[in-house]
Amino acid sequence: MEITVKTAEELRLTAEEFELIKQKLGRTPNFTELCTFSAMWSEHCSYKNSIKWLKTLPREGGRMLVAAGEENAGLMDMGNGFGVVFKIESHNHPSAIEPFQGAATGVGGIQRDIFTMGARPIASLNSLRFGKLEDKKTQRLLGGVVHGIGHYGNCFGVPTVAGEVYFEECYHTNPLVNAMSVGIVKVGKTISATAEGEGNPVFFVGSATGKDGIGGASFASANITEESTEELPAVQVGDPFQEKKLLEACLEVIETGAVVGMQDMGAAGIICSTAEMSAKGGVGMRIDLDKVPTRQKNMKAWELLLSESQERMLMVVEKGKEAAVLKVFEKWDLSCSEIGEVTTDGRLKFYMHGELEADLPAEELVLGGGAPQYTREYTEPAYLEKVKAFSIDSVADITDLKATTERLIQIPNIASKRWVAVQYDSTVGAANASTNAPSDAAIVLAHGTGKALAMTVDCNSRYVYADPYVGGMIAVAEAARNVVVSGGEPLGVTNCLNFGNPYNPEVYYQFVKAVTGMGDACRKFNTPVTGGNVSFYNQNPDGPVYPTPTIGMVGVLDDIATQTTLDYKEAGNEILLVGQQQNDIASSEYLHKLKGVEFSPAPHFDLDEEFAIQKFIASAIKEKLVSSAHDTAEGGLIVSLLEKGFNRNLGFDVKADTDLRTDAYWLGEAQSRVVVSCTKQQAEALKKKAAASNIPVTVLGTVTTGAIKVNGEDWGTIDSWKNKYDTAIEKIINK
Amino acid sequence: MKFGVVVFPGSNCDRDMQRSLQHDLNKEVIMLWHKDEDLSMFTTEDCIVLPGGFSYGDYLRCGAIARFSPIMQSVIAFANKGGKVLGVCNGFQILCESGLLPGVLLGNANQQFISKNVYIKGENGEALKIPIAHGEGRYFADQKLLDELEKNNQVIFRYCDEKGALDAGGNPNGAERNIAGITNAGRNVFGMMPHPERATSALLNNEDGRKVFSLLGLN
Repeated sequence: MEITVKTAEELRLTAEEFELIKQKLGRTPNFTELCTFSAMWSEHCSYKNSIKWLKTLPREGGRMLVAAGEENAGLMDMGNGFGVVFKIESHNHPSAIEPFQGAATGVGGIQRDIFTMGARPIASLNSLRFGKLEDKKTQRLLGGVVHGIGHYGNCFGVPTVAGEVYFEECYHTNPLVNAMSVGIVKVGKTISATAEGEGNPVFFVGSATGKDGIGGASFASANITEESTEELPAVQVGDPFQEKKLLEACLEVIETGAVVGMQDMGAAGIICSTAEMSAKGGVGMRIDLDKVPTRQKNMKAWELLLSESQERMLMVVEKGKEAAVLKVFEKWDLSCSEIGEVTTDGRLKFYMHGELEADLPAEELVLGGGAPQYTREYTEPAYLEKVKAFSIDSVADITDLKATTERLIQIPNIASKRWVAVQYDSTVGAANASTNAPSDAAIVLAHGTGKALAMTVDCNSRYVYADPYVGGMIAVAEAARNVVVSGGEPLGVTNCLNFGNPYNPEVYYQFVKAVTGMGDACRKFNTPVTGGNVSFYNQNPDGPVYPTPTIGMVGVLDDIATQTTLDYKEAGNEILLVGQQQNDIASSEYLHKLKGVEFSPAPHFDLDEEFAIQKFIASAIKEKLVSSAHDTAEGGLIVSLLEKGFNRNLGFDVKADTDLRTDAYWLGEAQSRVVVSCTKQQAEALKKKAAASNIPVTVLGTVTTGAIKVNGEDWGTIDSWKNKYDTAIEKIINK
Repeated sequence: MKFGVVVFPGSNCDRDMQRSLQHDLNKEVIMLWHKDEDLSMFTTEDCIVLPGGFSYGDYLRCGAIARFSPIMQSVIAFANKGGKVLGVCNGFQILCESGLLPGVLLGNANQQFISKNVYIKGENGEALKIPIAHGEGRYFADQKLLDELEKNNQVIFRYCDEKGALDAGGNPNGAERNIAGITNAGRNVFGMMPHPERATSALLNNEDGRKVFSLLGLN
C-alpha cells in the first residue's frame, strides 16, 4: 500500500508531522512504521501540547529521588532507607465507553507503574466524576466504574483507602476516572525503565498479546484502513489474577539481581516500552515479533506493536542470567519469552517471518527526543466575564439555616460516599489506619519502615472553572491541608490533568492558568510534582468538562503518634475554628446547587494565609494541642461541624457572634479554615499560641453527647443527621 | 503450637495473616506454597491456615479450583487426622468446596462486594468488631443441616449488631441464621468470612481479632 499524507491524517498525524517523520527517517515510512509514530506522537505518549507548561512545574528538589518523568512513577525519600513510589493516571475515555473494564484496567495500569519500579503497592486511591446522579446513565456509569475498580483492586489485593466522587452536569458524556497507587521500596533497590548492554536478552513477560485496545493511545480504530480493524475492541480487558501473579513474580525476579531494566506495557504496548527503554539507555533493540505470545492468529506487525493487552512487562536481563529469571516466572505459571536483544545502534528493528517490518530510530519516537512539542495559543474564555460580574448582593441571604443545611448534606457531592466505598476492599494489607480512626487524608502504615504515610486526592473543579489559576492553587492547598490536619508532612504531588480539547484556545487558557497556579502552590508547600498524566479531549457535545487538575499528594508521618483524627472525642470538649471567616459564598455547593448560580468566582484564597494556617496546625498537632482537626470544604463550616460528630455520635452546641451574612458564615467555602476540638487545657494553650503567631482562632462552642444546637435553636440529634448524610446517595440510586 | 499459612497464587491476605500471627500474636509461622505437598513439619497440635484472597482468580466459583491444588490434598489428609485447620474468607470458601466444612457460600444478598467493619459474636456473647471484605460470603445450607449445626454447637460466629443483638440489620450479606463462621463435627476445622488478622494491632485501633483467635483456641 502507498503511504501518503492521507494515510498519516487517517492515523491522526498532521501533514507537518508526516513531513517531519519523512525527514527523520530519510524516506517515506511504511504502514507499520507510520502506525508507531502515530501512537508515540499521540498526545497520550508525547505530551506534545502540554510538555511546555509541565516543565514550569517544580519537578525536582524536596525529597525527590528521581526527577519527574524519568521513571514510570515518582519516587521520594520517606526516611529510614525507604522510598515511596506514587502516581495517578486517567482512564476517562475507556470508562466512558465500557465503564467496568475501563475502570478496572485503569486500576491495573497504575499498579504496574508502581511495581515495575520494584516497589510493592500498599494503597490505592481514585478520583471520579460523573454527570448528575439522578440520571440513569450516570447511575449505570457509576455502578460500572465502581464495580470495575473493586473487581480489579479487590482481587489484586491492595486496599483502596481514599478517593473523591463529584457529580456535575459537565461530566455527563465524559466521566473522569483517575486512579492512583502508592508503593514502598528500599532506597537503592529500584529498577529503572532502561535498556543497557549489547547482547542482553529482551524478555516479554505476562499475558499473551491480543487485538484488544489497539490504538487506545492515538486513534479510533474505525478510521484505520486495514481490513481486520473493524472488530477490534477499543477497550482493553483486565485480568487482576494475572496481575497479582505478575506483581509477585516481578518483585521476586528483581531479587535475583539479573534484571537490567523493566517497563510495563501500557499505552502503545510493545512499541512504547521498547522505544522508551532504548531511548533512555541510548541503545537499540532487535525484536523478533514472531516470538511474542499471541491470543489470536495472524496478527500483523503493527497490531502486535500497538496492542494494549493488559498485564504485560518488558524486561532486559543480564546475558547469562536467563535461567534464574525463567525459574521465577515458571514458579508463578507466567509466560516469559525471549523476544530479542539489546543493540548499540539506537535503532528499533522489528522482524516477522524473517522480514524487517520496521526500522526506527528509538530516540525520534519519544518525548524529549524527536516527538514534536507545540506552543498553543490561548485566550481568556468568554464565560469568565460572567464570573467577574457576580455580586453576593444579588443573592438573598437565607432565613432558615436548619432546613438549608438539611438539603445541603444530602447533595451527592457532600453526602457520604459510603455506597461507593464499601464496594472497595479498604482493609486488606492490615495497614489502613483510618478505618477505625478517620481523618481528612488516609493514614496507611508502611509496614517494615517504622513510618506511616498520609495520602489524598483532591480537586474542586468548579473552583478551577471559576478561576483556573486560583483553582489550581486551591487543589494543591487542599491536598496539603488534608495531609497536615491528619498529622502528616507533605512530601510531593502527582497530578492528573483532565481538560478539554487543547486546540480550543479557551480550553488551553484553563490548562495554562491551572498549571501555573499548581506550580506556585507546589513551590510554596515544597511539594514537587513527581509525575502524573495529562488527559485532553474530555468533551461533551455542548463543551469541555470543568478543568480538572486532580492532585494526588503523599505525606509522611515519622511517628504514627502524630496521626490526628477528624472526629470529636468527648462531650464537653471545646470546638474552635482556626482561620478567618469571610463574607463569601462564591462557587460554594450552596450557591451552585441550592441557589442555581452557575457563574461566581473561586472562593476566598490567599496562598500565604493558607501556608501560615497549615504551619500553625502542624505545630499545634506536634505540641498535642488539638484532639481532632478537620478542614472546612464543600458545604462550609456547618458541614464540617456535622461530619466531626458522625463517627462517635457526638453533637455540638455552637453560636455565631458575627456581622457576616448567615449563609457566608455557615455555608461559605472560603479556604484556609480548620475546625478543631480541644480539651479545656488544650484550648487555652492553643489560643495563646494563636495570639503569639497572629493566627485567628474563634471559639465556636462545645461538643455534646448527641444533641445539636445552633445559635440556641434545637436541631435534634446527630444520629438523625448522620442517617440523612449516609443514605442520600443510595436513596437516589434506589429510587 | 505453630502455624502454616498456605500461599495460593492469588492469595492476598497471606502476608497479613503471617504478620498478625508472628508479630502481633508471637507465633511461629511457616509459609506453604500451593504446589508443595509436604506437611510433615506439623503435628495435629499445629494449625494450617488458608488465608483470604482470590486463590486462582476465582473467576469460577470461589475456591472451586483451589480444592484441587496439591497442597489441599495434604491439608485434607491433615484435617482428617485431627489437625487444626482455619480458613478465613476465601479460605472458608475453599474449606466448603473441599468438603471439610458443610454448606456453601453464595453471592452477597445485595449482589455487591462488601468491605466494612461488622460485629460478630462467639460463644462468650461479646460483640467483636471485625472487618469483612467479600463478594460471596452468604452462608447457605438446607434447614436440616442448619438445625444440626446449631444442635451440635458448630456455629462459632454469628453476625450481630454493636450491642450483640442477632438481627437482620447486623447481617451484612444475608447469611442464613446470621452465620459468620462454623466448625466441623470434630471441632478441628474452622471457617469464617470476617478477617480477624486485620484486627490484631493497636496501630489499627482495633484488637478484637485477638479475641477471635482466642475463642478459636488458637492464641
